[in-house]
Amino acid sequence: MISSISSDGTLLVFSLVLPVIGMLLAMLTGGRHARTVVLLMLVANVAVASGIITGIWESGQAITYHLGGWSPPLGIELRADGLSAAMMAVTALVSLAAGLYAPAGFRFPPSKGSPALESRMSFVFWFLLSATVAAMNLVFLAQDLFSLYVALELVAFAGVPMVALSGSANTLRAALRYLIFALIGSIFYLLGAVLLYGFYGTLDISLLAGLVEPGPSLWLILAFMTVGLAAKTALFPLHIWLPPAHAGAPPAASALLSALVVKASFFLVVRLWFDVVPGLPSPSASQVLGAMGAGAIMFGGVLALLQARLKLLIAYSTIAQLGYLFLAFPLAFGMGAGFETGPALTGGMFQAMAHAFAKASMFMAAGLIAEAIGHDRIADLGGLGRVLPVTCLAFGIAALSLIGVPPTGGFVAKWILLEVAATSGQWWWAVFLIVGGFLAGGYMFRVIVPALARDVVPPTLIAPVSKFREAVVLVLALLALALGLFSDAPAELLTLGRPPSADVIQP
Amino acid sequence: MNIPTIFGICASMLIGLGLYGIIIQDQVLRKLLSFNLVGTGVFLLFGVIGRRGAEGGLGGDPVVFGLVITGIVVAFSATALAVALLIRLHEETGDDTLLDEAPGEEEK
Amino acid sequence: MTGDLIFCAGLVLLILGLAAFVVAARQPFPAVVGFVVFGLLVSIAWMCLAAPDVALTEAAIGGGVTGALLLVASAKLGDPSKRGQKMKLARGFHVLVILLCIAVSAGLIAVVLSLPERAPTLALVALDPLESTGVKNPVTAVLLAYRALDTLLETVVVLLAMVGVWSLAKDSDWAKKPAFGYSPERGGPLGLLASLLIPVGVMFCVYMVWTGSDHPGGKFQGAAILAAMGILGLVAGITSVPAVTNARLRWVLILGPTVFLVAGLMGFASAGYFLAWPPEFSKAVIVLIEVALTPSLALMLGLLVAGPPRHSSQL
Repeated sequence: MISSISSDGTLLVFSLVLPVIGMLLAMLTGGRHARTVVLLMLVANVAVASGIITGIWESGQAITYHLGGWSPPLGIELRADGLSAAMMAVTALVSLAAGLYAPAGFRFPPSKGSPALESRMSFVFWFLLSATVAAMNLVFLAQDLFSLYVALELVAFAGVPMVALSGSANTLRAALRYLIFALIGSIFYLLGAVLLYGFYGTLDISLLAGLVEPGPSLWLILAFMTVGLAAKTALFPLHIWLPPAHAGAPPAASALLSALVVKASFFLVVRLWFDVVPGLPSPSASQVLGAMGAGAIMFGGVLALLQARLKLLIAYSTIAQLGYLFLAFPLAFGMGAGFETGPALTGGMFQAMAHAFAKASMFMAAGLIAEAIGHDRIADLGGLGRVLPVTCLAFGIAALSLIGVPPTGGFVAKWILLEVAATSGQWWWAVFLIVGGFLAGGYMFRVIVPALARDVVPPTLIAPVSKFREAVVLVLALLALALGLFSDAPAELLTLGRPPSADVIQP
Repeated sequence: MNIPTIFGICASMLIGLGLYGIIIQDQVLRKLLSFNLVGTGVFLLFGVIGRRGAEGGLGGDPVVFGLVITGIVVAFSATALAVALLIRLHEETGDDTLLDEAPGEEEK
Repeated sequence: MTGDLIFCAGLVLLILGLAAFVVAARQPFPAVVGFVVFGLLVSIAWMCLAAPDVALTEAAIGGGVTGALLLVASAKLGDPSKRGQKMKLARGFHVLVILLCIAVSAGLIAVVLSLPERAPTLALVALDPLESTGVKNPVTAVLLAYRALDTLLETVVVLLAMVGVWSLAKDSDWAKKPAFGYSPERGGPLGLLASLLIPVGVMFCVYMVWTGSDHPGGKFQGAAILAAMGILGLVAGITSVPAVTNARLRWVLILGPTVFLVAGLMGFASAGYFLAWPPEFSKAVIVLIEVALTPSLALMLGLLVAGPPRHSSQL
């Protein structure tokens, strides 16, 4: 039963245990200390994530750990490959940034002279932030389809209350709609997992990879799980819950929701298609997934162009940017040319990482703008660059990454995908990649060009903007830029420790 | 036709029926009831798979039964969170559906 | 065997009939009542599938506490709002939905019928090391040894959902108590019933948790019964919940998860792995965790039903 593990496998345990300890301590110490406790935990989490990356980088292999010493199929395995480590690092950085950015209202005491009681926000936000980190780390590490179901529910239960933090009728409705989509999504994911157990007697991803046999039952199972996960990722046409939910949340929460939470279910689609059934689905099935992605790029892009409010524009842009992630599937599964994970998957994951940094920065920038000038009407943002230069700079860099302008991370992602589209002879995806870039350029310049205009009277500031919070937003944008400038190391990390089955090229 | 198969068919039909209810019902409470029908169907299907795996003098596969117990508790938590949201929404707006915003209710 | 088969076929028909009623009923209240009965029938189905542990959980949580939650909810919501009834579905869409759902069910039935003749199972794999866990009930071994992580995370899920419910409070109500939507009647017939039932329920809970490691039963079932007693007491007005900011309440909530986590971390030292129990103390550790989890879980389940803290004048 007891199997060999690498010594740094304990780091995997700590990446789950730390945020749970953060939740329990926040519960115990209450709003007075929740912020301190959770911020300390988030810093430690960055250290743990870098330790895991170092471990994988030095050995060139995945790190595994068998909980309780029980190996699969009876026990649960944690496994960090390059994909997990990269996403864990993104999660650690974005969550820390969200914690540092959180406004004074989320602190204790919320304002001078307020009674020395715990306030709702000073407890709830930090508890949910900690839970988000625990849930995301579990998504990236668990190798067991049922533990991953629990992880998906954790993600949803942390995300839904964040949507409704302001308590207005519209956000309550958005949160409830999001929850219902999330619940249906995870129950259909679970249905597929249950049936896989019925056929193969295990829920462990690597064991399943060696057992699954193509056939109508497997396609139906895959369809249930993929549709369920797509609903949670807001993949077109199952996207309707996303814009009101992401736009209605407080900016620190919107950043977490758009940058991280939707990536959890996307990550599981990757695990499912690339690791559980590597190379088995037919190219035409992957074309369907790609078509939904392309639909998202078009639909999200056009609707973002039409929005009057900045936060809604950013939320619709999330739908479009998530679409790119799903182009990785048809590109990897080829068009009769066979299954090749390498560059297509790297491109998709690069997009996930770059979008996380850029979108977190953008939502937080929009939050600062709304606080500073009292609204987020796009039509009235002219001349903003002169009053909020740092925020506008961060917004601009993030926008360049979303559009895909070199040398940003978003450019590298789209460039890799474009190259694979060309070499695998799937020129139609290249069309969507390029048109999507123009759409993104269109909706982003709608904001940026007037903001930089010199001949208009800038909006009046109704509240001062914290330099520290502006710096946090800028650092996130610079991370999206750095991902493009130093793209070699992350690109190589993504290929480390991948299960051997994923490299098999089917004839 | 044996006992697990009968319950397997029952579970499959519960899932279809519940899905129908989730899509077709307007009231959120009814959607939640339907969601619970789907959940029960999925768990029951898992139970059928566990029962088929009876061996070594056990009535079924204990791993499956353990997971179902976990699943039932998680599904309850989900329902409770949804109900709390629904009741707050109802207090704010008097509405118990998720249809688009009533006129005059736009965010200020 | 045929007798069993006929019984089960009848049970299935009843279950499906009730499910159809839950979906089709005109008013929400009868649908909720139908769902509670449905839950009880499903727990009988779990007995037919030789899963008494699941049957107890389904009866206590799937039927019992969920039933209480939904009954309270339908009472608070009152009559359905007019808007919903006015919405007319396009006929084409309706037909499409029906076809989709039939296709889902038919596809699933086909998959069920094509499950392998010799079912893959972990029953023997789970029995093999059972002795080293010290417990006799293999389901308990799954929940608290082989897959203890799932159980630990599940308590985190319940805690998180509960904070999610709290988070819906208005800012001004945060330091208030969670409360049901109607005023309790102290000393009425319900109060009498509650004062008789609650001690019995608490005894039963203790029995369930104690017996769980060797026979069907365990912390979730015990906690659900305890929670149900608490809810009954609340409704009857003989118990009350403290405010969510209350320090003792917070201690009880984190007691179970903390004991679980600390025991898991001690596993590093005592057995070489996180969430591993040294064989000679295994049963003691498992019973300790179950005993610590029961009050925490019972409180979480009860508070999930009670809803967010609110000002009492809002009742």
